[in-house]
Amino acid sequence: MALTLYRQALNRALDEELANDEQVVIIGEEVAEYNGAYKVTDGLWKKWGDKRVVDTPISEAGFIGMGIGASMLGVRPVMELMFFSFAYVALDQMINNAACIRYMSGGSINCPIVVRGPSNGGTSVGATHSHTPENLFANVPGLKVVAPATAHDAYGLMKSAIRDNDPVYVMENTLLYGDSAAASDLSDEEFTVPIGSAEVKKEGTDVSLIAHGRSVIVALEAAKQLGEEKGINAEVVDLRSIRPLDEETILKSVEKTNRAVLIDENKPFCGVSSQIAATIQEKAFDSLDAPVLRVTSIDAPAIYSPPLEKEQIPNVSRVVDMVQKLG
Amino acid sequence: MLEQIESHKYSELEVNKSLSDEDKIEFLRQMVRIRRFEEASLKYYNLGKMGGFLHLYIGQESIAVGTASLCGDNDHMITAYRDHGHALAVGMSMNECMAELYGKKTGCSKGKGGSMHFFAPDKNFWGGHGIVAGQTPLGLGLAYGLKYNGEKGAALCFLGDGAVNQGSFHESLNLAQLWELPVIYIIENNGYSMGTSQQRSSAFNNCLAGRGDAYGIEWDVGKGNDIYEVRAKTKEAMDRAHNDSQPTILEFDTCRYQGHSVADANAKKYRSPEDIDYYKENYDPISVWKKRLFKESVIDENGYKELDDAAKSEAKESATFAEESDFPDLSEITDDVYYEVDNQTESGKQGKYFFHD
Ligand SMILES: Cc1ncc(C[n+]2csc(CCOP(=O)(O)OP(=O)(O)O)c2C)c(N)n1
Ligand SMILES: [Mg+2]
Repeated sequence: MALTLYRQALNRALDEELANDEQVVIIGEEVAEYNGAYKVTDGLWKKWGDKRVVDTPISEAGFIGMGIGASMLGVRPVMELMFFSFAYVALDQMINNAACIRYMSGGSINCPIVVRGPSNGGTSVGATHSHTPENLFANVPGLKVVAPATAHDAYGLMKSAIRDNDPVYVMENTLLYGDSAAASDLSDEEFTVPIGSAEVKKEGTDVSLIAHGRSVIVALEAAKQLGEEKGINAEVVDLRSIRPLDEETILKSVEKTNRAVLIDENKPFCGVSSQIAATIQEKAFDSLDAPVLRVTSIDAPAIYSPPLEKEQIPNVSRVVDMVQKLG
Repeated sequence: MLEQIESHKYSELEVNKSLSDEDKIEFLRQMVRIRRFEEASLKYYNLGKMGGFLHLYIGQESIAVGTASLCGDNDHMITAYRDHGHALAVGMSMNECMAELYGKKTGCSKGKGGSMHFFAPDKNFWGGHGIVAGQTPLGLGLAYGLKYNGEKGAALCFLGDGAVNQGSFHESLNLAQLWELPVIYIIENNGYSMGTSQQRSSAFNNCLAGRGDAYGIEWDVGKGNDIYEVRAKTKEAMDRAHNDSQPTILEFDTCRYQGHSVADANAKKYRSPEDIDYYKENYDPISVWKKRLFKESVIDENGYKELDDAAKSEAKESATFAEESDFPDLSEITDDVYYEVDNQTESGKQGKYFFHD
């Protein structure tokens, strides 16, 4: 069976949506003639031409704002940020405009845009290129934020995002693009993964490991180790979507296992896991046999030094250690 | 201060020569309606009927009215927070605008936008934007959408003389020319960004529009208080957009009579009231237009008085309408956040969207 890589799955989703809807246009730096900085858009320009796949100058505020404006007229731009860290120069457009125009217009305008790109550390590119702003954007009503961990979900969520009539920010991960652990056996049939649905990636009985993005892959590896070496049967819940959030799946899992460890590459202060912890203590308090613990990034800007950065972001041994702390 | 109006050559151009008497009276009516609406809004603001800011357009009416008068089905407008004039000029009603100022559910944005955020997509009016220059990439996007779908139209994107110093505007200019998008940036130069004069905020060579030279964008400057001139220059830019899909920067001199907003404590400190009075006496766009129509025998004192009285009562009635309207229900706070939720689509039913208790 030939597995599809995360990047190939995204590529297929983009290609199919370009075919499905003439209003879909891919816009970003190096997405066309260069085939994408990470080859996610490989071959699309050659196939679809200048109108549908558009290289931009280095002007994130300008071209993302432009995409938002065009979306008000019904165009469906899918905009690539080379890194989600670069969203910070376009925040005004991404927050003040994309998220608020529907509201401020009393619901008379909507902005069906997608902004996608990698949102991760762990690649030794230093603090300016390693931000994970899913918590930041999920804090903004009007925005949707998804963070697929596998090729299957990357494909299905990307298609849902493009078809959605609200702004959806798709947080990918450079470490997953070519990772065999994130690869999937994709059906030839088109399918979508609904935004707002979590998935139990591994059933378990003793503790819920709740994560999104690449931390899901870390959690799965940790669960394996916990099972083999410690006799702990961990369940792994993949949020997939941050906002909207599938609380039901989270709570069901915690009610079953009575313990939760949250794995989150965000920094701890108001990270995505902060919201999950608040939800669990509020709605599943009586099910808990231990405090909700978290494995987040160590609370400093992303360090460059490669061996240290591997320790700064969640990794298997940190998760295994934290689970054992539950007692 | 501007030179005395010399409008002959603009009135002789086809775009203006073709105007009927009714058209000319309509421009007068629209300008007067904007002014009376804003005077009324100021009055009720001071009575505590509204919250937040109120940026008045009084003194600049000829620009919104002159430009809007040229817009067809595929032409779009978008501006900053000083948006009441543009809103009325594109045909939004005083009632919905005043009710919005009052924060009522009958407002154009159901009380969710306020003074700075009027919208009417059905009239090709895309706001109403509170962040200085934040609308400039959006205006570019409207032009992109037009071109993408092969429509012959233009996006008129208004900004102030202070907004020209934002990076997003320059990014937009670069993209506009690079991709030959039919956007027209219209700088309404009233000489001040809040309390900072143009001289203290901008490095410029004669004018602000001239910055277009850096990008190879066509530009022009004109007197904003003269509808003939506004229409003449805007028409040229619109032809360029419609026929050649090329951008333009226009800069119109103008004057805001009030403070930056009603809350401008320094309104009388950074510029002299005498200068404003002088402008009002000599260059006020409504007076100038009115006098011209008197001279052209298009309307007389009586006719003007009638139209003015009508505008005053319309404004007054809009305040009554706003007063009598309801505030939105608390439960409506979370409406209009997500399209998919409002429309209860499959996507809108999936997962939790709102996290308050
Ligand atoms: C990004 C941003 N910075 C500052 C402000 C506060 N502010 C609102 S209007 C304004 C002055 C803008 O002047 P100008 O562009 O000339 O427009 P005018 O008010 O004269 O119409 C300032 C500083 C803002 N709204 N947005
Ligand atoms: Mg100004």
